[in-house]
Amino acid sequence: MAVAVTKAPARPFARPQAAHGFWSWISTVDHKRIGILYGVTAFLFFLVGGVEALLIRGQLAQPNGRVLTAEEYNQLFTMHGTTMVFLVIMPLAAAFGNYFVPILIGARDVAFPRLNAFGYWVFLAGGLLLYTSFLLGGAPNGGWFAYAPQTNPTFSPGHGMDFWLVGLIITGIGSLTAAANFIVTTLNLRAPGMTMMRMPVFVWMNLVVSFLLLFAIPIITVALFELYFDRNFGSNFFNANMGGDPVLWQHLFWLFGHPEVYILILPAMGIVSEVLPVFSRKPLFGYSVVVFSGIAIGFMGWGVWAHHMFAVGLGPVANAAFAASTMFIAVPTGVKIFNWLATTWGGDLRLKTPMLFALGFIGMFTIGGLSGVSHSIVPSDYQQTDTYYIVAHFHYVLFGGAIFGLFSGAYYWAPVVTGKLLDEKLGKLHFWLMMIGFNLAFGPMHILGMQGQPRRTYQYPEGMGWDLWNLVATIGAMTIALSILVFIVNIIKTARSSERAPQDPWDGRTLEWTIPTPPPEYNFADIPVVHGRDDFWHRKYTEDENGRLVRIPAGGSDDGESDEHAHEDHGHGHGHDIHMPSPSYFPALASVGIMLVGYGAIYLKSGAWWLMAIGGVITLAGIFGWGNEELSEEH
Amino acid sequence: MQAAIGHAPHTPAPGDHDYAVTGIDSRKLGMWGFLASECLFFGALISSHLLYRSRAPEGVHIPHDVYDIPYTSVSSFVLLMSSLTMVLALAAIQRNDHRRLRIWLLATAFLGTVFIGGQVYEFTVFTHEGLNLSSSVAASSFFVLTGFHGVHVTVGILWLLSLVGVSLRGKLPAEKHLQVEIAGLYWHFVDVVWILIFTVVYLVPNTH
Repeated sequence: MAVAVTKAPARPFARPQAAHGFWSWISTVDHKRIGILYGVTAFLFFLVGGVEALLIRGQLAQPNGRVLTAEEYNQLFTMHGTTMVFLVIMPLAAAFGNYFVPILIGARDVAFPRLNAFGYWVFLAGGLLLYTSFLLGGAPNGGWFAYAPQTNPTFSPGHGMDFWLVGLIITGIGSLTAAANFIVTTLNLRAPGMTMMRMPVFVWMNLVVSFLLLFAIPIITVALFELYFDRNFGSNFFNANMGGDPVLWQHLFWLFGHPEVYILILPAMGIVSEVLPVFSRKPLFGYSVVVFSGIAIGFMGWGVWAHHMFAVGLGPVANAAFAASTMFIAVPTGVKIFNWLATTWGGDLRLKTPMLFALGFIGMFTIGGLSGVSHSIVPSDYQQTDTYYIVAHFHYVLFGGAIFGLFSGAYYWAPVVTGKLLDEKLGKLHFWLMMIGFNLAFGPMHILGMQGQPRRTYQYPEGMGWDLWNLVATIGAMTIALSILVFIVNIIKTARSSERAPQDPWDGRTLEWTIPTPPPEYNFADIPVVHGRDDFWHRKYTEDENGRLVRIPAGGSDDGESDEHAHEDHGHGHGHDIHMPSPSYFPALASVGIMLVGYGAIYLKSGAWWLMAIGGVITLAGIFGWGNEELSEEH
Repeated sequence: MQAAIGHAPHTPAPGDHDYAVTGIDSRKLGMWGFLASECLFFGALISSHLLYRSRAPEGVHIPHDVYDIPYTSVSSFVLLMSSLTMVLALAAIQRNDHRRLRIWLLATAFLGTVFIGGQVYEFTVFTHEGLNLSSSVAASSFFVLTGFHGVHVTVGILWLLSLVGVSLRGKLPAEKHLQVEIAGLYWHFVDVVWILIFTVVYLVPNTH
């Protein structure tokens, strides 16, 4: 490699060198900056998806709501679900994974930095393509699981569903590259001594999620392609008139869709498993059991998909089998909940904002988990299918679970990313408003569902006994919106403040607290050597003969001294001789090409093959340019 | 550059770009991950076809009515032989024999192109027999499955040809043989998938 970098090769585009400004963000391959890009983009999509939810709740606040038409309502609930799943929770998890997995395992970057950038740009391309549908004749309207035959051209004319299909195929490419990248990074780039069973639980859960993505994304991609061909080229996969089987769509979708549920929740479980020990000042209770139950959830997540389809009529044998597997998967989940509780038991609890969100996660996720188990009972599920009880359930696991966990991570890790602590008072206000608003919004939906209110109907008549709880739910949704506003104010306030967070503000246990904040591009001036689980904690504390924590005086440990030594000897302190991957425009260029191919595919019937061709050429140019440049060049 | 072969193997240290705890190069591990994902991609397509293989309206052909097994056997054989030439290409670059590397890469790409040509011909014949994407669900699933396989072979051909180009520009020295090996992994995978498709889709008789 050293030979290749002596002379810059001739080529039409100069290698980007900017370290600041707009183009430095377009061309960055730094996993931390890509993590920030994921986080900011996903948060913006979160606001959009939240506005969609508010419109839905506005429509349902009173009987015979007139805020939205039926068609607008269909588009909004479809886009709300699609956005929150694919453009918010998944990329938010990717944001934390990108930023923290390399740091937590003591690496300087991910295994494939440019592929990492590509994954982000492709996700953005898919998300933007999906949202331009609002301007180009109407958004998708078939619900986030797009059941046939609602999605065939007869019942869903126009291009809305095509945007959905192509948009998700494109974001899927990003998920796939991110998954492969995380797997290789976690397996290959661990620092010396960082064995698998010493890895922080967040890294473990991210690894399990990556495997789930690796195997789940291709399945939905096939389903999306089949429906795309049905809609655009006259194939008949889901056309019952020609012998096509709409249930095949359901099988393919949920064979992806149920692992997807764990793709959404496991990263939050990982974050909570990091936060609870720190704020309890105790090691995670039963580390190995937490890790293995995460792996068990990953495996068993593949055997429960048909519980989404109990009402389809698969027959008693299939229903009974999937009922049993669904009850069974609650076991490793329950194990984790008890481990988290045991972690806090007898701990020296500090109720800072990250801890509040983590504790909120446990409570809300447990409620959602319990209502989930109630679905496994088939006769009961017949009553609940497609009612607001289902809506209540999955919001308790995905909002009360995933979103609470992700906010816990945001407050916990903000000092690493920004060098500043988010404001505690506003943080606590955010938590309590969100906690109250969340339960007001989704708690009553259990009752509404039991009373038979169907989901996805844009109006309900008076006199059904649903008025009060719908109004309460709408008030709850507005309270959640208020809490998000508080969070935004908190971000602005923190950004304006000049107060720096201390190096290790929470008295942390893992490697991200050992480096300067915000971390330098190369993360670690010297690659750390890891001696155990919670290595950083054990460098700070030891136990006296009574089992009480005793702080090791700074510089008193052998490690500290040898670190000091290394800095002097090799001059690594400023990272002068560390070669980091050079920025590159090509990942972004390739994803622009893919986006154009996507538009071409949507309008192919109107003769947009030329757009596909242009996009294809740009994609190829991006890939070839990428293949022809060295990973790292000196400038 | 030529002397690189004789050098003691470079052992990457933690923090180097080619550091690998598992001992398997990251790029190779990434390709294995991608191929694992592809298994599910083709798995879902093959499952769709197995569900639909005999479903067609009265009097309309299902794919089994129009298969020409001897013809497809020959083109399958051609594709299988391309795996042999791929192995020879890798062996050539590992011996630092760049002329033979390019010959075998071109041979592999050529055999792949013959296979694709055969598929185009086959699709054309089938269409004339009245079997097309919309004629039945059996045909829909057949064309989408084999079509996606054809796309994979085509991507492979482009990859092989660009390797030839890189080699001609002298940018593919022997120590970068991993690039050929990874392309080979992909190529062999696409071949193996075809063995599965040929067996399950073409050879297993239709019990309808």
